[in-house]
Amino acid sequence: MSGHSTYQPQSRFMQWFESRLPIGGLVHSSFVAYPTPRNLNYWWTFGAILSFMLGVQIVTGIILVMHYTPHVDMAFNSVEHIMRDVNYGWLLRYLHSNGASMFFVAVYIHMFRGLYYGSYKAPREVLWILGVIIYLLMMATGFLGYTLPWGQMSFWGATVITNFFSAIPLVGESITTWLWGGYAVGNPTLNRFFSLHYLLPFVIAGVVVLHVWALHVAGQNNPTGVEPKSDRDTVPFTPYATMKDAFMVVAFCVVFAWFVFYVPNYLGHADNYIQANPGVTPAHIVPEWYYLPFYAILRSIPNKLAGVIAMFGSIAILAFVPWLDTSKVRSANYRPLYRQFFWVFVVVCILLGWLGSKPAEGGYVIGARILTAYYFIHFLIILPLLGLLEKTKPLPQSIYDSVLKHPTSAGGKLEGEPVTASGRKS
Amino acid sequence: MTKQRSLAALVFAGAFAIVASAPALAAEETPHPPRQSWSFAGPFGTFDRAQLQRGFKVYHEVCAACHSMHLLSFRNLSEPGGPEFTKAQVAALAAQAKVQDGPNDAGEMFERAARPADRFPSPFPNDNAARAANGGALPPDFSVLAKARSYERGFPWFIFDIFTQYQEQGVDYIVALLHGYEEPPQGFALPEGANYNKFFPGHALGMPKPIEDGRVEYTDGTPGTLDNYSKDVAAFMMWAAEPHLEARKRIGFQTMIFLLVFAGLLYFAKKKVWSTAPHAPEQHA
Repeated sequence: MSGHSTYQPQSRFMQWFESRLPIGGLVHSSFVAYPTPRNLNYWWTFGAILSFMLGVQIVTGIILVMHYTPHVDMAFNSVEHIMRDVNYGWLLRYLHSNGASMFFVAVYIHMFRGLYYGSYKAPREVLWILGVIIYLLMMATGFLGYTLPWGQMSFWGATVITNFFSAIPLVGESITTWLWGGYAVGNPTLNRFFSLHYLLPFVIAGVVVLHVWALHVAGQNNPTGVEPKSDRDTVPFTPYATMKDAFMVVAFCVVFAWFVFYVPNYLGHADNYIQANPGVTPAHIVPEWYYLPFYAILRSIPNKLAGVIAMFGSIAILAFVPWLDTSKVRSANYRPLYRQFFWVFVVVCILLGWLGSKPAEGGYVIGARILTAYYFIHFLIILPLLGLLEKTKPLPQSIYDSVLKHPTSAGGKLEGEPVTASGRKS
Repeated sequence: MTKQRSLAALVFAGAFAIVASAPALAAEETPHPPRQSWSFAGPFGTFDRAQLQRGFKVYHEVCAACHSMHLLSFRNLSEPGGPEFTKAQVAALAAQAKVQDGPNDAGEMFERAARPADRFPSPFPNDNAARAANGGALPPDFSVLAKARSYERGFPWFIFDIFTQYQEQGVDYIVALLHGYEEPPQGFALPEGANYNKFFPGHALGMPKPIEDGRVEYTDGTPGTLDNYSKDVAAFMMWAAEPHLEARKRIGFQTMIFLLVFAGLLYFAKKKVWSTAPHAPEQHA
């Protein structure tokens, strides 16, 4: 898909440079001439938004580190020092803490878009799995970062999460002690978490490069799920996708800025403004909102080891979706049944998140158990069966065809309309 | 087709019914603090300087006997966006306090009058001393307390809060707590040395009623009532916890204007660019 470069350096210097390191041609073929389906809707701009957010997190994080002290006695006060005495320190910190949440908002939209339009199907399985790896790395990074202000939720969140590993039979206790660097979460833990929190974003950046590379080999999926067949089906990445991405990045920044400037502590927890105290356990230990569905799954299973396995399994299962979904049709626009089950699944994830924020008692646990069961049923039973039983709608002849018949879906409508006439049967 | 559609609807309705019934089973006992109106709430909120100055007076004369505020320095009191006492007032105020310094050239620690650059001195030398003097309960530090206290908003209010920008749970709670002392209801087993408070989670609060009408003399004509004391000291604590709140909201508005205009320009630029896309279908041309 990425094709050969048509890049012709203009200046003598660039011609000299290009013949020694063809980076101009690489950029040109990847981000300028790269053919992108002409019918991509706005849900396809979240890749650019995510790249932007990764940059924001790395830049604000590097500056925050210049003022932060990773020591159990000083970490909390050094964060307050940033908030009070560092020039625009409050802005940097709120950008970074809310930026993490916005990063997850964007990644969840990006993932659900992939699930809706079947973007994980051949030949994009490796692309999808790289995305799952990025998501896992993001979760690790977010957890490590939340520990650093060393508030009550930092400390107790770290204690709860690291305790997962003690569920491993025989060696669990030893592994937990090894992770902590002692017999409880303490200064060695904070130091290694800080080190890893600085490391992992660069690992993410590396896997993002692989993700984009895999994307440019397979080409982008599109709302019809029909591969581009001719030049008429695509437009060059620049200026068409670039402009659309730029608009959406700035529009996303409006939401981001709303949180940073007006409700900066909305997504946090009040208890994290209390310095960590190993002697006082908070009434309810809750992780950050983006882990809540998995936290609900963990707590819905009475056995600790089984709960931990279910939690990690609920993420790991995503990597197998390309093979669990047996349907030959990619886009849910042409899959009337899957389309409904997709939205049920979205609601189940949101409800699981809400239950994860509630105390593990009474009806909350019963609800979480049923929804946890449904979560796995969706992947293990519904997805494989639907592909065999579902009667899909006819697909359009080509992307251009679908745009021609439904001009509104060309440049921006969020939801492509299904094509009914003269389509190809699958 | 309709059969399949109703199947999905059934799954959806079942899941929803289970979750909707869940809160009814959970216990609910502490009342929500009443909402107050704050000058610093909302997108254009600013602190009321006179209120912050009164609040500081309440803290200084009453709360500071037990509660430290160790992240604040005297100089903060004259900085923009806060109570904005004059530099001379702050210097005079600081000079009343004694801080330990040293070691000097002889290697000895010594006491001196505080300077504006010094932190607020704490009432107790350490947490253990504070506990020993307060029947085992540790009076929490006030520096970020207004952000460290909250209450559960519940569904659907927590969603509306994003749009209404309600971020004042902490100060509302502080005001409610100071109003919440009352006789324990029949049958409530109050532990020895604890005080019943309607708004405190669990209701058994170590701190006895700290302030009542007429305790602090206001010099600006504001009536010295518990209501005014509690709101003034809560506002002061909000500033202490978020000293750059005014700058944040001001820069926030400028940023929003910039982003909205920029997004608008990009949107129309994008439309213009797409209108000349190659092979554009006739309907687009």
